[in-house]
Amino acid sequence: MINYLNDLIHNNREWVFTLAKIAGVLGILMPMIAYSVLAERKISAFIQDRVGPNRVALPLLGSIPILGPFLTRLGLWQPLADGLKSFLKEDFTPAHVRKVYFWLAPAIALVPAFMTMAVIPFGSFLGTEKMVLADLNVGILYTFGIVSLGVYGIVLAGYAANSKYPFLGGIRSSAQMISYEIAMGMSVIPVFMLVGDLNLSKVIEYQSAGFSSWLIFKQPIAFAIFLVAAFAETNRLPFDLPESETELVGGYHTEYSSMKFALFFMGEYAAMIAGSAMMVTLFFGGWTLPLFGLNEIPQADAPIWYGIAHIVIFLAKILVLMAIFIWVRWMLPRFRYDQLMDLGWRRFIPLALLNIVITAVVLFLTVK
Amino acid sequence: MIVKRSDLSWLERLYLPTLWSGLKVTFRHFFNTLFRGKVVTMEYPEQKWVVPTGYRGAPYLVKDQEGRTKCVSCQLCEFVCPPKAIKITPPGPQPNAAVGNVEKTPQEFEINMLRCIFCGFCQEVCPEEAIFLMSDYSLTGTSRKEMVYNKAKLLSLGGVHNDPIMKWKQKQKEAQQQEAFKPL
Repeated sequence: MINYLNDLIHNNREWVFTLAKIAGVLGILMPMIAYSVLAERKISAFIQDRVGPNRVALPLLGSIPILGPFLTRLGLWQPLADGLKSFLKEDFTPAHVRKVYFWLAPAIALVPAFMTMAVIPFGSFLGTEKMVLADLNVGILYTFGIVSLGVYGIVLAGYAANSKYPFLGGIRSSAQMISYEIAMGMSVIPVFMLVGDLNLSKVIEYQSAGFSSWLIFKQPIAFAIFLVAAFAETNRLPFDLPESETELVGGYHTEYSSMKFALFFMGEYAAMIAGSAMMVTLFFGGWTLPLFGLNEIPQADAPIWYGIAHIVIFLAKILVLMAIFIWVRWMLPRFRYDQLMDLGWRRFIPLALLNIVITAVVLFLTVK
Repeated sequence: MIVKRSDLSWLERLYLPTLWSGLKVTFRHFFNTLFRGKVVTMEYPEQKWVVPTGYRGAPYLVKDQEGRTKCVSCQLCEFVCPPKAIKITPPGPQPNAAVGNVEKTPQEFEINMLRCIFCGFCQEVCPEEAIFLMSDYSLTGTSRKEMVYNKAKLLSLGGVHNDPIMKWKQKQKEAQQQEAFKPL
């Protein structure tokens, strides 16, 4: 039996390790989604002078003298209660919906957010394994291709619900999609002009020299446009037009309940994490940190703590960006959707084009 | 009145200063809440709202300083009560040996807190200042029966009312003197 397993692992090394990595990524991603919901609620509460979730206590852990009440107050167990609630709620399908699309839409909203994680290098090496699920040469093209699919989930949900508010949400979402995505794609072109490669691992290598080589400092305009587009991309305020609770009830997910709604919710947060991961990779040096020699590209036989440190750095950078995502939510009122389109078409696309031209000129003059 | 709307300056149209001031405001609130404890939330079961004086909460019975139940079973509150929440069982003709034949402490006094509308008529009508609307505003119970408060519960919740006159002390003294008086 053991021999059989050894043989199996030996002969299908790549498969086994890739599956293990996928399991690892999902194993970190899912709790991150759950806890970013908690972080959202807590940070929102603090910004609004409130307390936030502080009641859910676990039977045994809650009675540890000081730690237990502290963790309860922190709301650490809230995601468990939230998850359980979503599972136990009635999954109601209204009679007037278009059933096939109604069932399909939540999945289409969730899956692309997960799929973008595939090309993002989340660490250097662990043992001899490179810490990226798929080291594609056209990583960024893949990302943009997949990311734009996420919108279909929302548009489809708006259509499938077959009622007024979701439909408006879906329309807004499609208007939003065509206006920000071009700007987003154009904003990163200068990045790849500097790096000279579409592979995301190469982008990180380029930025590993030190803080001054981080692309946020070399391409601040590109970063600004990408950041705004990422907010629009993930339907976060100030661009949460498809959802707009205050005017469209719940927007595209008005008719959804229980786990189908939870899938949309998870999709939104997964998209936020994926967007943060993309920004970390493109502009913040990925898993490198120009301190304590953690920015050197390690050899394949580097000690294991080195690889773990890189993963931790990567996660920490994501968390900072997630906090910014949440922070901005309470700062700006929602854009009208003609304002968003105006911003996309008439401000950001010319700006991104200008940025490309400037970068090209500078490169032409400096690089032989 | 015409509101003058001046055109936005170049800087204002850039949107960035507004963005920055927004970040400042939200960060200030975040910081104050997290590190200075400036929270507006009142965590209800642990912290309770202190009601102002004159608030009409739940009606309870009171005793005077000497531990005498002030109610004399006149049943005025029972009659005036708009939702008929009060039910009084008077003691009957048997005199109470402890206090002499002066007052009629009720045998039983029940207020159905599910019916009570906290109007304050009982307090208004009471000639003995024996029932008061107090500051309790959150009455809970697990059954309807539990929400019918009996005399013992009402008295223990009501506590002592400092009565400057103590009318019945005098009346009791007179009654006892009368009983002790032997005519020739």
